[in-house]
Amino acid sequence: MTRFVLGRIGFCTLIAVLLAFFTIPLLWLVTAPFTSDPSYEVKVPDFTWDNFQAVVEHPYALPSLYNSLVLSVGTAVLVVLLAALAAYALSRVRLPGRDALLYALLLLSSIITGTAAMVPLFQLAVELNLIDSHLGLILILTGGLLPAAIFMLKDFMDSTPKSYEESARVFGASPLQIVRHVVVPLVRPGLATIGVWALANVWGNFLMPYLLLSDVEKQPAAVITYTLYTEGGQANLSMLSTFGLLYSIPVVLMYLFVSKKYGFRFHGGIKR
Amino acid sequence: MAAIELRGLTKVYPGGVKALDSLDLDIPDGEFFALLGPSGCGKTTLLRTIAGLETATGGAVVIGERDVTGVQPGGRDVAMVFQDYALFPHMDVTDNIAYPLRIKKVAKGARREKAEEVGARLGLDHLMDRRPGQLSGGQQQRVALARVMATQAQAFLFDEPLSNLDARLRLEARTFLKKLQRELGVTTVFVTHDQAEALAMADRMAVMEAGHIRQIGTPVEVFQRPANTFVAGFIGSTPMNLLDGAVRGDTLEVAGCKVAVPIAAEGRLTDGEKIVYGVRPEYMAYSAGPAEGVLSGKVAIVENLGASHLVTLDVNDVLVQAVVPEGSEPAVGDDGHALPRRDRALVYRDGELV
Amino acid sequence: MAQATSPPEVVKEDARTRRGYSSDAAGLGSLRAGAFVAPALLLIAAFLVFPALWVLYLGLTNYRLTGAAAAEPEFVGLANLLDAVFNPTFWNSTWLTVQFVLGSAVIGQVVLGFTIAWLLRDRAGPLKRLVEGLVILAWILPSAVVSFLWVALLDRDGGTLNALLGIPGFPWLLDHPMLSIIVFNTWRGTAFSMMLYGAALGNVPPSHLESARLAGASGWQQLRDVVFPHIRGHILTNLLLISLWTFNDFSPFLLTAGGPDGRSEVLAVHVYKVALQSGELGYGAAVSTIILLINLVVAVFYLRLLRSKK
Repeated sequence: MTRFVLGRIGFCTLIAVLLAFFTIPLLWLVTAPFTSDPSYEVKVPDFTWDNFQAVVEHPYALPSLYNSLVLSVGTAVLVVLLAALAAYALSRVRLPGRDALLYALLLLSSIITGTAAMVPLFQLAVELNLIDSHLGLILILTGGLLPAAIFMLKDFMDSTPKSYEESARVFGASPLQIVRHVVVPLVRPGLATIGVWALANVWGNFLMPYLLLSDVEKQPAAVITYTLYTEGGQANLSMLSTFGLLYSIPVVLMYLFVSKKYGFRFHGGIKR
Repeated sequence: MAAIELRGLTKVYPGGVKALDSLDLDIPDGEFFALLGPSGCGKTTLLRTIAGLETATGGAVVIGERDVTGVQPGGRDVAMVFQDYALFPHMDVTDNIAYPLRIKKVAKGARREKAEEVGARLGLDHLMDRRPGQLSGGQQQRVALARVMATQAQAFLFDEPLSNLDARLRLEARTFLKKLQRELGVTTVFVTHDQAEALAMADRMAVMEAGHIRQIGTPVEVFQRPANTFVAGFIGSTPMNLLDGAVRGDTLEVAGCKVAVPIAAEGRLTDGEKIVYGVRPEYMAYSAGPAEGVLSGKVAIVENLGASHLVTLDVNDVLVQAVVPEGSEPAVGDDGHALPRRDRALVYRDGELV
Repeated sequence: MAQATSPPEVVKEDARTRRGYSSDAAGLGSLRAGAFVAPALLLIAAFLVFPALWVLYLGLTNYRLTGAAAAEPEFVGLANLLDAVFNPTFWNSTWLTVQFVLGSAVIGQVVLGFTIAWLLRDRAGPLKRLVEGLVILAWILPSAVVSFLWVALLDRDGGTLNALLGIPGFPWLLDHPMLSIIVFNTWRGTAFSMMLYGAALGNVPPSHLESARLAGASGWQQLRDVVFPHIRGHILTNLLLISLWTFNDFSPFLLTAGGPDGRSEVLAVHVYKVALQSGELGYGAAVSTIILLINLVVAVFYLRLLRSKK
């Protein structure tokens, strides 16, 4: 009995510590925007809307959120579409060297999307005339996210029984009909997860747009955040916190939506 | 409606595993045909090759006098029920049943009407808006059947249609399925590993082993005259007694006892040759007292089969089983004697029926 | 078997239509499968494989951001690689990166992620949703926002952490830059491991756990004998992914900018500094090449472990 009580106490303590660890860093984001002239300190806010007023009046703040939206939605749609087609084909048809190819690409993507490929990507974008082009950036970001997306989706599709497709096939459905009528609805939770993953990834991406978009009117929120300084060169905390909050809300809403509708998790998980 | 013919059908998997070895089979129009065998014998592969889900390595599949060997599954005009039913979880019952018609570009109204009609026929009318996940196993099976019926295909293929049902429901579904097939008159091939199921439902059946068909026949033929010791051992809810023996003049010596030559084997045996003597426990008359031509031994085990008992006799260290009607079962340790029926006992030479 | 019974036209058609389609589940066939894969591969080839190869080439030149070498880069062979190998700053960065990966990914994210998944494994309801939601929130918030949150948290004067601990003026980012970015990255990345282990634990058959409990196994023994063998593949895949991600993660730059005095200059930050801030593109590319090689070694190591289970 004491063991049970001790276990209970241990569990509660652990959960409490975890909650504190994950909550405390977030406090500043929910208090500072409503505080006049905020510092780094977390204070009980005086509920002013002045900071929001300032963000609205900033010439690039709200448009940059729109730019972020265009970039992330565009990339997510492209990633989901292309990754789903590729993952499906790789899952159902034994192409030679399939697994080696997947692992090689995955490896490459985790390296190359970082700082390593900045220079060649920049040169490539210049050559292809993709500088300051949202479409160009979308294509480049898609290329970087695709391997991991294919990897995760293929795992997901591997765990879906084949008899659904075979059944449709015996009824005379064409491969494209099978994909549309059967496969896509069956793996929709997986597609949603990958979509959210891609969306959140691009929404927060700083390096690529910073490198490839020089026109301030085309820059997304991640880049604009780093321009929010006062005339004295100090970080403008009232703008930063408020803009940060506005910039965060869409991903949070999206997460809530997807997790309510599909359950935001790995179905079956990423296995071997 | 169409007959199905297989000509020298061969399926070799990459890696050299021969799943089907040059099979020939004729299934006439309207027949209810069972493919029976232990797991891994190739029965499901055979069904899937008829459906076109597996490509034949050699030979031909002919459905309704049309060679469909190189035709896509969708072009063969067959319909299939899968072991897990493969009902689309994101569609309700109506849409599931109407799906084949949707592929055939039947107008929405017409296919709904057809789905309602078929659904009503199978007693699904109150379930038409449900998703498969909300249905019981038996209901799911009927939806899968309804979907197949809606296709109006020339032939139906069922892969273990009853194996996902629990035991009691399975009996009910067996009767239902047989009645339905009778009424529809569509050529139907079904796969099962359960010999009782095959015996109960099929008009004719093929017993398979390791990619070969070991016997084709009606349930009565296969039960009463198994063509070889494999079929003999596989068919029957209590396995046939298969006893090593030898011909001794005009009698047989089996397990140290003298038994009469079965009627079917009269005049076909040569003195001194080694044979296997086969008789089903159901075709043994058990008695406590000795008689001419009996297998005599001590009762080793008595198992209750409900209305009868299965008695296992130890006959000179060979185990022999006999079915005894209720009320006359012996006790373990008693002396017992079992007289095989001459008109039902069989003799196998080199594994084949004499 | 004799084919005498088959009608002649059947045999003829048989020969003509053999192998007319493929036998995968949806009847895609290699050609259509290729068409499905092609667009993705095209983008990957253009924006991933090509830049990677280009990096390898650049590493062999003296290419610079500005000056004469920017216009006419010269081929210098392995000079850049040798420079890196004999450069103590490079080795310092490599060592810091190893600490960063071991500390924040292998220990931090995996242990924390698994702990949370294990604690919440058969719970439902608001507590589970709250904990999971917060952990995932840390993962999906934009890094620009998150880094400012941590700057605020760790600020020496007004920072929440110092206020809570009662040690105002303690300069976390200056005195313990590595610890700061390790804890930061653990906070940031635990969600992925948590979700993956959550799914993996869901796949452990309850009967296995129950039979271990009936045999009197303690919590730890259940983990060791039932759970870990079952989710070994998940653990290794998870380790591979997060190790690689962490290895190439640039976000420490947003918190400490590699400082003070390069004490948190992990390799990703090091590349950024030498390539873009100092303009030595050729040398930066050579370091990237080495990163690539290290990643390869790490990946091969994990894949070997993964394969050895069979």
